[in-house]
Amino acid sequence: MQFLTVVIRRSLYAFLLLLAVIVFNYTLLSMVPGDIAETIAGESGGASAELMAEIRRSYGLDQPFYVQLFGYVGRVLQGDLGSSYYFNVPVLDLILGRLGPTLLLVITALLLAIFTGTLFGVIAAQRPNGIFSHFITILALIGFSAPVFWTAFLLIILFVSMVQIMPLSGLADPLTESGTWQWYLDVAHHLILPVVSLSSIYLAQYSRLARASMMDILGSDYIRTARAKGLGQRVIIYKHALRNAVIPVITIAGLQFSHIFSGAVVIETVFSWPGLGTLAFESILRGDTPTIMGILFFSAFVVIVFNLLTDLAYRIVDPRIRHSGTA
Amino acid sequence: MAETLLKVEDLAVEFDTRDGVAKVIDNLNIKLDAGETLGIVGESGCGKSMTALSIMGLVPIPPGRIAGGRILLDGEDLLEASEARMRQVRGNEISMIFQEPMTSLNPVYSIGNQIAETARLHEGLSRADAHQRALEMLVAVGIPAAEQRINEFPHQMSGGMRQRVMIAMALACQPRVLIADEPTTALDVTVQAQIFDLLNDLKDRTGTAIIMITHDMGAIAEMAQRVVVMYAGRIVEQADVDQILTDPRHPYTQGLIRCVPHLTQNPTVERPPLLEIPGVVPPLTHLGTGCPFAPRCQYADAQCRAEMPPSKPIDDDHAVACWLTERETAA
Repeated sequence: MQFLTVVIRRSLYAFLLLLAVIVFNYTLLSMVPGDIAETIAGESGGASAELMAEIRRSYGLDQPFYVQLFGYVGRVLQGDLGSSYYFNVPVLDLILGRLGPTLLLVITALLLAIFTGTLFGVIAAQRPNGIFSHFITILALIGFSAPVFWTAFLLIILFVSMVQIMPLSGLADPLTESGTWQWYLDVAHHLILPVVSLSSIYLAQYSRLARASMMDILGSDYIRTARAKGLGQRVIIYKHALRNAVIPVITIAGLQFSHIFSGAVVIETVFSWPGLGTLAFESILRGDTPTIMGILFFSAFVVIVFNLLTDLAYRIVDPRIRHSGTA
Repeated sequence: MAETLLKVEDLAVEFDTRDGVAKVIDNLNIKLDAGETLGIVGESGCGKSMTALSIMGLVPIPPGRIAGGRILLDGEDLLEASEARMRQVRGNEISMIFQEPMTSLNPVYSIGNQIAETARLHEGLSRADAHQRALEMLVAVGIPAAEQRINEFPHQMSGGMRQRVMIAMALACQPRVLIADEPTTALDVTVQAQIFDLLNDLKDRTGTAIIMITHDMGAIAEMAQRVVVMYAGRIVEQADVDQILTDPRHPYTQGLIRCVPHLTQNPTVERPPLLEIPGVVPPLTHLGTGCPFAPRCQYADAQCRAEMPPSKPIDDDHAVACWLTERETAA
């Protein structure tokens, strides 16, 4: 019951936050220099004064700002994100069409970072002065300081141009028929470099985090209790310690989902991955405001929902939070 | 004379520290009979807990090191036993409860799960049988509404309740020895008394021998039949509890007993000032050759500072390591 109250209250907060994001985005983008009517007119090839006026009227650009704002918020709440000035199709359709590849990239990268990072950390924590532990420290330093696009280019140089075992860009080879098992394999092949580059930062962070929290936990009283019970090392590590050690990793991973989304914009652009990031990047170059706003709204939506889910997942893993109504 | 269950002979434990080798336990001899409670008393850092960890085979190695001696459980030397054998011993033949009930239970598993785990591990019980055992144990240690509380998590319980859970967990496989390392230090006085009653009651019912580690002479009076007084990793005196309390011979034991505050019957009578033993336990890395208590002892003379006094029996079951008593009895 208490859990349900928390879910409802959190969802309400999330909704209000989302509303604020829409208003903020719209205000910010309307302050960007450049005339939207000119962009639209430019796409249709002519720019007479009548045409400009006509465009302004039909897109509502002649209305006062607050009318435009309320109109936009109202339409968004009804699920209408407007139409792209460039493609002239509904922004929502555009986003949904690009969503799959982005989610595939982001979620694979996040899961890879969480699982490998935790595993690395757990192994390193058992021999804090061993070679593997030092390797983790160095890996973390590199992963943390290297910008993702730089990592991506290094990987391209290494595995595309020098060793030539990885494809350069795209989702799959255009000649492979979509839907066949060869196509799935090809997508997986194309996925490797973007995922590795994107997860490098997070992998480094999570392995360091997991190492630190694991070392802390291995010295705790309840691990001593577990030893005094006669449990073996494996059960102590993977039952008693791991579940406690994974709590901070889950928290951080949830909070960082927004970072990983923005990282995806860069990675998608580098690898021409046909996802939301590439769409966002190109829309900015094209001055396609409704699409940009749509993507901003959508990513805010995803981030907020994800934070909500993290919070709930956290409650399931950690009974101390599960039973407290607040927090 | 009851049979001897556990015997520690000439145990020595050393730790490598930055300041050199610390002899945290030296020449330790204790024995525990079946069904008795042995008290080990001393200040912080005197080697009480390290004695317990040595018996459990849980001394962190390195930096620790067992430098010598034997620990015999029914004649089997646990110091020679394999790690696999020690895992069978721990929680099954020898169990331990700790000073900090607030942090000694795993926060992410229910208490039922944690008690059942021991039974499943050592007795190979099924999930259902182990659950049943956990429930019986919770009832045995006096947890009210055990059927509901079995699914609760440690943070939902008070310190006293958690210590009861720890006891339930330790006794789930009916061990022959229970080591209680300051089990009540972190608890309220009223709860302390309840835990003592519980331990005494369980000991009478199950015949489990108890090693009670404490710095509290009151707890010793409540629980123990025999007492070992430790100072700086050595035994300075051991005797029956009555003898220790009425006729303490070692100046350190006398000091410990004087330190127990008394409530007078008549509150108008001025209470004697609370006494203390001046000074602190010396660093174990620099003990020198003399009696380790000499720097704090009001009776210490040249011999005390130069030579370590041997442990000498002065009575049946009463031994003291002090030059003072040595000379008195010789005279």
